[in-house]
Amino acid sequence: MEKKSFFASDSFRSVLASLISILAGMAVGAVIIAIVGFKDPSLGANSVWDGIRLVFGGLFSTGRDASGSLTWGFNSANMGNMLFRATPLIMTGLSVAMAYKTGLFNIGAPGQYLMGTMVSLIVALSIPSWVVPPQIIWFLAFFAGMVAGALWGMVAGAMKAFLNINEVLACIMTNWIAANLVTFVFDITAYKNVVENTKSGYIYKTSFNNVQTAKMGLDKIFAGSQINAGILVAILFAVGVYILMDKTTLGFQLKACGSNRHASRYAGIRDRRNIVLSMGIAGALSAGGAALYNLAGNTEFFWSTYQSLPAIGFNGIPVALLALCNPIGVIFAAMFMSMLSIAGLQLSNLTAYNEYITDVIISVIVYLSAFSLFIRTLLKNVGKKPETVNANAEPAPAPAPADEETVSSAAETAPGDPGEVTAPGQEANTEEGGTEE
Amino acid sequence: MTYLVQQTLLYAIPLMIVALAGVFAERSGIINLALEGIMIFGAFIGVLFINMMQNAAWVQEASAAKNWVALQGLEVLAMMAAAVMGAVFSLLLSFASINLRADQTIGGTALNLMAPAFVLFLIRIIANQNTLQMQKGDAASWFMIKKSTLGFEKNADLGFLGNTFLHKVYLATYICILLFIILSILMYKTRFGLRLRACGENPQAADSLGINVHKMRYAGTTISGALAGMGGFVYALTTANCTANGDVAGFGFLALAVMIFGNWKPLNIAGASLLFGLFKCIAAGYSSIDINGDGRFMLAELGISAHIYRMLPYIITLIVLAFTSKKSRAPKAEGIPYDKGQR
Repeated sequence: MEKKSFFASDSFRSVLASLISILAGMAVGAVIIAIVGFKDPSLGANSVWDGIRLVFGGLFSTGRDASGSLTWGFNSANMGNMLFRATPLIMTGLSVAMAYKTGLFNIGAPGQYLMGTMVSLIVALSIPSWVVPPQIIWFLAFFAGMVAGALWGMVAGAMKAFLNINEVLACIMTNWIAANLVTFVFDITAYKNVVENTKSGYIYKTSFNNVQTAKMGLDKIFAGSQINAGILVAILFAVGVYILMDKTTLGFQLKACGSNRHASRYAGIRDRRNIVLSMGIAGALSAGGAALYNLAGNTEFFWSTYQSLPAIGFNGIPVALLALCNPIGVIFAAMFMSMLSIAGLQLSNLTAYNEYITDVIISVIVYLSAFSLFIRTLLKNVGKKPETVNANAEPAPAPAPADEETVSSAAETAPGDPGEVTAPGQEANTEEGGTEE
Repeated sequence: MTYLVQQTLLYAIPLMIVALAGVFAERSGIINLALEGIMIFGAFIGVLFINMMQNAAWVQEASAAKNWVALQGLEVLAMMAAAVMGAVFSLLLSFASINLRADQTIGGTALNLMAPAFVLFLIRIIANQNTLQMQKGDAASWFMIKKSTLGFEKNADLGFLGNTFLHKVYLATYICILLFIILSILMYKTRFGLRLRACGENPQAADSLGINVHKMRYAGTTISGALAGMGGFVYALTTANCTANGDVAGFGFLALAVMIFGNWKPLNIAGASLLFGLFKCIAAGYSSIDINGDGRFMLAELGISAHIYRMLPYIITLIVLAFTSKKSRAPKAEGIPYDKGQR
């Protein structure tokens, strides 16, 4: 392959396309705020200006001063809380991204997250901490949660592999089964918090059993926030998934199955085992996120959850899509999402607007990222360099591992059985035009 | 028994109509994962419409004079408003997936994220809380058809059929059933339906016969959006007392499941949604279901936890699917952006 300048490379273009999507999303948010603000006489131009500034820079807001105007600066609590909120998002984002690379759309992250929550909480609260050191309980709870999530993911995977049930469908059903199961289990067991009378419907914090994630001094840097070492664990997992998917034979096999299940079987790869395994790993990652969040020691779980699924699970989907399913990109995408949610909180605390505007922004970004391919093509034409054959136009089953371009374009070549509901099918053939004919 | 049938229909009808929405999109070749989002949007629009119309003079007169015909008209208007806005909202999906050839799964997911966020943002500003309600009264007193509505005596016995289908029902339910039948015929017995289905199976062949694939796919997703928006409002009206809170309890996804479960065929979908609705109804009201009328509530006496009953619809669906899915066949070209040059 001939050497291209950095600015003409595909990876640069996809990052640029993502940045354009992000800016456009935030611009839409600003426009909505402006429309609502100018239409409502009680809000007016000043509030619109405040709202827009908070959307873009809510992370650095430090409240209002005596005269009522917004103040700005380094806000350690905001910064730390951003990292704390990003922790489970990185994990669920990894879960979705990893499954997507293997041709599976893991909409089951909420269910796996719930199973991880349940098992890790039960383990953390039931082993007496005066017998076993709390650190060991933490690890036991963390791994038990991940195992539970893995098994739950494998249920959906097995249905796909052996019974030919579409994984989206299996995931949706197992999500709601998990929601009811978790409520059922906590209903008949005695983990409900009855000590603090002001709160009903919550499970004990794990700190009641002295189990909490180590802070490792991070709380000193980010004073006043909930941060703990969980963020480091999540980043380690992201690197781990990157190595697994791009540097190992197993990762290659998993991706090959996603590209073309039948071709991989022909090449001697055990396709059914790999589908079950992909969903298992994805489930373990989601559940790991749940464990990291709930073992923090200062978080509480509302146990009667049968009517709603956890948003953190679903938010793994936009995180993964924004990161173009690149495990390292997931770290930044998750941080960006949690930054937006911090900005949303500032927005509801300091102005008449509310935090849902940030969800609108995220959805616009995801919508734009759906046709990031289109944006990238536009960018390509801006450079006006005659491009001939592109590495992505190689036949589907073996996207070269560790190739930067493959990583960056994972979203568009997202593989899958042709004819699957979620799999974009033969896109790899169609989008590069006639190069193969 | 009357209770069982009525409750089952309450759950089954929105599912059925939204699943049909899914069929129209997928049969034309577009995966509509956004059903949930469009439902949420439609529910919001319908409730907002009723909320705003309650200020109008003719509605207030009709309400005061208990003019039932006018109130039912208001209900139908709200359904139409929800359908129109649902169709408009679905254009976002059609534009991305047909014109820009975007990944349809991602586009649908984006709409699913956008609808609750946008709706909740507006509801918070309009109502200063997370739920948008009717300004006064409730769904039952305004829109429910009862014996007295139809001119019967309060204690008249209409027989089983009359009690079940004429007392304490919503007009919306019957409109949905009627629409379901008409649209199924449209899909299978008309030229338009045949062309639509052709675009989902083999768009290249359809194009070679002079069918405009893009236009047919737009038609499919727009019908889909209209039905899903209307279904969302019907759900909000009949099961949520005409309130909107940016949530339809996963009904859009369930409809997707019902559609796959029903093998993309209207008749099977009707059966599947009735089955699902029955178990939903058992889960919701198992403690007050008296099947043989002897005054004993058998299901409640079994002493099984409510959570087990709530799990049942999902477990049953999975089990049935396990036996039937080998035969299931999705439209061949769904999810693949149409490319004229492809062989």
